[in-house]
This record gives sequence, C-alpha cells and structure tokens, in this order.
Amino acid sequence: MPDNAHNEPGNHSSDEAALSARLRRLGDELGRERSSRAQETEGPPPESVSSGMARGIRLSTELVAGVLVGALIGWGLDRWLGISPWGLIVFLLLGFAAGVLNVVRAAGEGSNNRT
Amino acid sequence: MADPIHQFQIKPLLPLGGDIHLDFTNSSFYMLLAVGITGALMLGATASRRIVPSRIQSVAELAYEFVADTIRNTIGEGGMKFFPLVFSLFMFILVSNVVGLIPYQFTVMSHIIVTAALALLVFFTVIIYGFWKNGLHFFNLFVPKGIPIYILPLIVFIEVLSFLSRPISHSVRLFANMLAGHITLFVFASFVTMLGGLGVLGWFGATLPLALTVALVGLELLVAFLQAYVFTILTCIYLNDALHPGH
Repeated sequence: MPDNAHNEPGNHSSDEAALSARLRRLGDELGRERSSRAQETEGPPPESVSSGMARGIRLSTELVAGVLVGALIGWGLDRWLGISPWGLIVFLLLGFAAGVLNVVRAAGEGSNNRT
Repeated sequence: MADPIHQFQIKPLLPLGGDIHLDFTNSSFYMLLAVGITGALMLGATASRRIVPSRIQSVAELAYEFVADTIRNTIGEGGMKFFPLVFSLFMFILVSNVVGLIPYQFTVMSHIIVTAALALLVFFTVIIYGFWKNGLHFFNLFVPKGIPIYILPLIVFIEVLSFLSRPISHSVRLFANMLAGHITLFVFASFVTMLGGLGVLGWFGATLPLALTVALVGLELLVAFLQAYVFTILTCIYLNDALHPGH
C-alpha cells in the first residue's frame, strides 16, 4: 500500500482512493495466486525435462556410492581388527543394501512429485 | 585426434609454496572468477534498487526467489536460516558451470576434489548442526519407525551406510555430469576438424557433427543449470534431515 510514492503530487483524493482500491484488489489476487501455486508443489520436476542420461548418472551413482562406502568400511575394519575377510564380506553386503535403498529413495522422490 | 582430457589439466599460474605446491592454479583463478561474477551481479543489482526492477536487478531477484522457493518447499520456513549457504552453493556452481561452457575456459566442477569439498561441507554442516540442534535425537534419523525389533540393528546399519554414502553420490553426480558433457563436446567438435581436413566431401560431412555440437552446447547449458539445481535441492533435502530427524 505505501507503494504510491510514485504518484504525481497533484492528484485528486478520489483518484488516489480508486488507485489504492485497485492496488488492494491486485494484492489480493496475487496472494490467492501464490497460495494456489504453493499447493501444487512447483509444477513439473526439472528432472523429467532433462535427458535420460542425467537420471541414469544420478541413480547409478547412488548405487555405486553405497557399495563403495560398504567396501571401504569393511576393508578398513579388516585392516584395523585383523578379521579379514569377514569385515569386507559383511559390509559389502550391507553397502549393497544401502545402495539399493538409496536408489529406491532417489527414484521414489521423482515419482512422488509427479502424482 | 587431440586428447579430450587435456582441457581439464591444472596449470599453476602463480607458483607458491615450494615443495607442497600451494600454487595459484587456473582452477583457483576460475573459482575466484565465479565468486567475482556472482558478487558483481549481486552488488550491481542492489546498487540502485527500484520497485520496477532493471534487467540486472531482475536477474538477481530471479535467482533469489528461485533458491528461496526451493528452500521453502523442501525444508519449510525454518530452513531460511540456511539461505546464505544454499544460495552461495547454487550461484557458485551455476556461474562456474556456465563460465566453463565458454570455449577455452576451464570448468572448475569437472574436478572431483572441488565437488567433494562442497559435498563434504554440506555433510559436516548437517552432522554438526543436527547434533547441536537435536542432541542425541539426531540418531532418530537412523531408526525408521514401525520396524520390528529383531531386524532393527540390521536396518540401522544400512541406514548409517546410506547416510555415509551421501557425500559420495552428491559429489560424483555433479562431477560426472560436467566431465562427461565436456568430453562429449570435445569429441564431437574434433570430428569437425578431422572431417574438414579431408577436402570438399569432408566439408559436407563436417556439417553433421557441427550441427550436433551446436545442439550439445544447448544441452550442456541445460545440464549446467540443472546440475546446480540438483546439487542445491539435495543440499536442502539433507539439511532438512538435520532440522527434522526422524522421518
């Protein structure tokens, strides 16, 4: 409402009243528009617009990252505790499970947004 | 054919530090350039603020609104305290990706050490802030609700591993996209010069990879923006875990 600072000073008061009424109406409409837009959670996710390669890289890195972390921890435990090869075996499997969990989560995010 | 990896070589511009090589490299230069461009954009945009924005001001407002909307949608209003971090990450990645697309310029994000440093920054922010804000309740993050007690230890292990793998996938994704994109661009562009050297028939043949290169530049521009956005939104998702652990 205080945005009328740009008005020329010579205006009649009725003119200003009409203008402020219009401003208020515009503000109301903008507010309604904004709230309705906020409800439908940001249109299409950009992921769906992008190439399949981006999606492929995304999902494969999720899986590889899980396996890699599991293997690293298992190998480290083997070195540290001298229980080779059990740490590697157990944590590689756990890491694979974590990787699959990552992939499911990453893929699920996209499909949740779309529905 | 020229070496497609050569474009990612790091050269010291200002040798410093002797044996441990703390040189000011071309990578450091382009990082500083990205910071400089972002700073100039923001300072220039806010120098003469107007209600009806000028062009540069509307660019800055667009960037602000975009990041602020992303944070509000993923974390909620409480996430706005992380706005400076998220906005800096987004602008740094976006600007350095776009600068890297200009021919003969260096792409900072094509080195995994850079993206890994950014991902680890987010990772440690999540851990430190999560423990500071929630105390030991932060461990709820690793304990999903409604799991029978006898498989809970297994699930907790898997959740912890999944949490630890975040910075890897977070950094590799950005790095791999930029590296792959720039190598593809280089290979297609070098087909143009190879075919162009074959005479008149080669010139006609060279139009095909040339057209593809033009299309690829457009795609890379999209990827540059998209990867900055993906990095940002993942940062928001991870920060959300720090604010509200326990799904």
